[in-house]
Amino acid sequence: MIENLEYIGMVLAIMLALVLIAAGLIWLERRMLALWQDRYGPNRVGPFGVLQVTADMIKIFFKEDWIPRFADKKVFVVAPAIVMITILLSFAIVPFSPSIGVVDLNIGILFFLAMSSLGAYSVVLAGWASNNKYSLLGAMRGSAQMISYEVFMGLSLMGVVILTGSFNMRDIVLAQRGVWFVIPQFVGFIIFFIAGIAEAHRLPFDIPEAESELVAGYHSEYSGMKFGMFFVGEYLGITLISALITTLFFGGWLGFHFLPPIVWFLIKMFGFILVFILLRASLPRLRYDQLMSLGWKILLPLSLVNILITGAIVLYLNNR
Amino acid sequence: MFSNLRSIWIVFLHMFHKRETVLYPEEKAYLPPRWRGRIVLTRDPEGEERCVGCYLCAAVCPVDCISLQATEDEHGRRYPEFFRINFSRCIFCGLCEDACPTDAIQLIPDFEMGEYHRQNLVYEKEDLLIDGQGKVQGYNFYKVAGIDAGVKAKGQGANEDKPVDIKKLMP
Repeated sequence: MIENLEYIGMVLAIMLALVLIAAGLIWLERRMLALWQDRYGPNRVGPFGVLQVTADMIKIFFKEDWIPRFADKKVFVVAPAIVMITILLSFAIVPFSPSIGVVDLNIGILFFLAMSSLGAYSVVLAGWASNNKYSLLGAMRGSAQMISYEVFMGLSLMGVVILTGSFNMRDIVLAQRGVWFVIPQFVGFIIFFIAGIAEAHRLPFDIPEAESELVAGYHSEYSGMKFGMFFVGEYLGITLISALITTLFFGGWLGFHFLPPIVWFLIKMFGFILVFILLRASLPRLRYDQLMSLGWKILLPLSLVNILITGAIVLYLNNR
Repeated sequence: MFSNLRSIWIVFLHMFHKRETVLYPEEKAYLPPRWRGRIVLTRDPEGEERCVGCYLCAAVCPVDCISLQATEDEHGRRYPEFFRINFSRCIFCGLCEDACPTDAIQLIPDFEMGEYHRQNLVYEKEDLLIDGQGKVQGYNFYKVAGIDAGVKAKGQGANEDKPVDIKKLMP
């Protein structure tokens, strides 16, 4: 009984921490973008402007939560919830440290891939239910992008799975005690990173949102807290991809002994979050056909070759 | 590919650059003396109003934000009875300053005129008049004008010759 309560407490704490991190990322991103663009960013509310997010939250809660008359109401309301739910569920398989983590699934990676595929529904349904040209265009772009990048996102992880011999995230982390998988699986890491950016639809792959072309893409019609959920969902997505890169390629919680494992995990994760923000600060958006041809003509063959070579080497080493 | 990585690296190096932002309320940006900001009505060196109520500023104003009514005192000196500028319409183009024949209306480097109510942006003559001469020092229209409006007697003005006594033959 006590154990169950402790477990529930841990799950809730993880969820709360993740949402707080995602909200804090909004501030972090604005500050870091400003730093890289020789500006200051939000620096008025609270020390270094940390409370800017709180102020924005208060504002967004009191905003009119408007549903357009022409929208498909039920779907319109459900869509933003899907993105939060799928991403938060994906976090269930992330092992934050040897003792912290929600579940220890033996199909961990598959669960994540399934959940991120479901996340595409959020974009599609939001765009469809908005009943608006720009939203629909954004949704179509989003679904095409997410489905095509889904393919080799999964394939790029198979190298890691071949090396470990397991889909379990904890096994994958423990298999990296000798050397982090970023070294034997460098190609896989690069492909997963690019696919991860596309999956989180961040710049340079933020084509479904594309402010300068599509107003705000699939969430043009959203306001108030529903828009807030899309917004936080995007940052949760960044956190998720960063956490997964850390777990799969950079040894998860593994590190030197002078810091506890969770701290190592967070350091690596925030490092990748900063890389995401740096990419946004420096790269322009791709054109849509460029994105598609990059995916299908370069990254997909590359990930297949990666699997072949990794598999061949592992077979050769095991049968010698 | 390489150029992308290079641009990422260059943007990263901007971390160590100086920030361009002027933190406005704490540090003010430098405004040149001829900056076109709030409009004032100046006075001549004797401390009297320079404005002669010629309506040229009101006529030239492209957004019609200036309204005034000219009147005269007992010496025949013209001055505005009221002078009103609606700053919620003003576009700070400076045409009124160019049009003014007596250098009375001037734009000064000040832009901090935010108000919570629109009506407070309508400035009356009391709000517009300042005690100084503004950008044009030492100029008094009535000292060089052709009329005596209680400022100078005949022949007393600046750069003005003594009146010629037409009854005499000597030059």
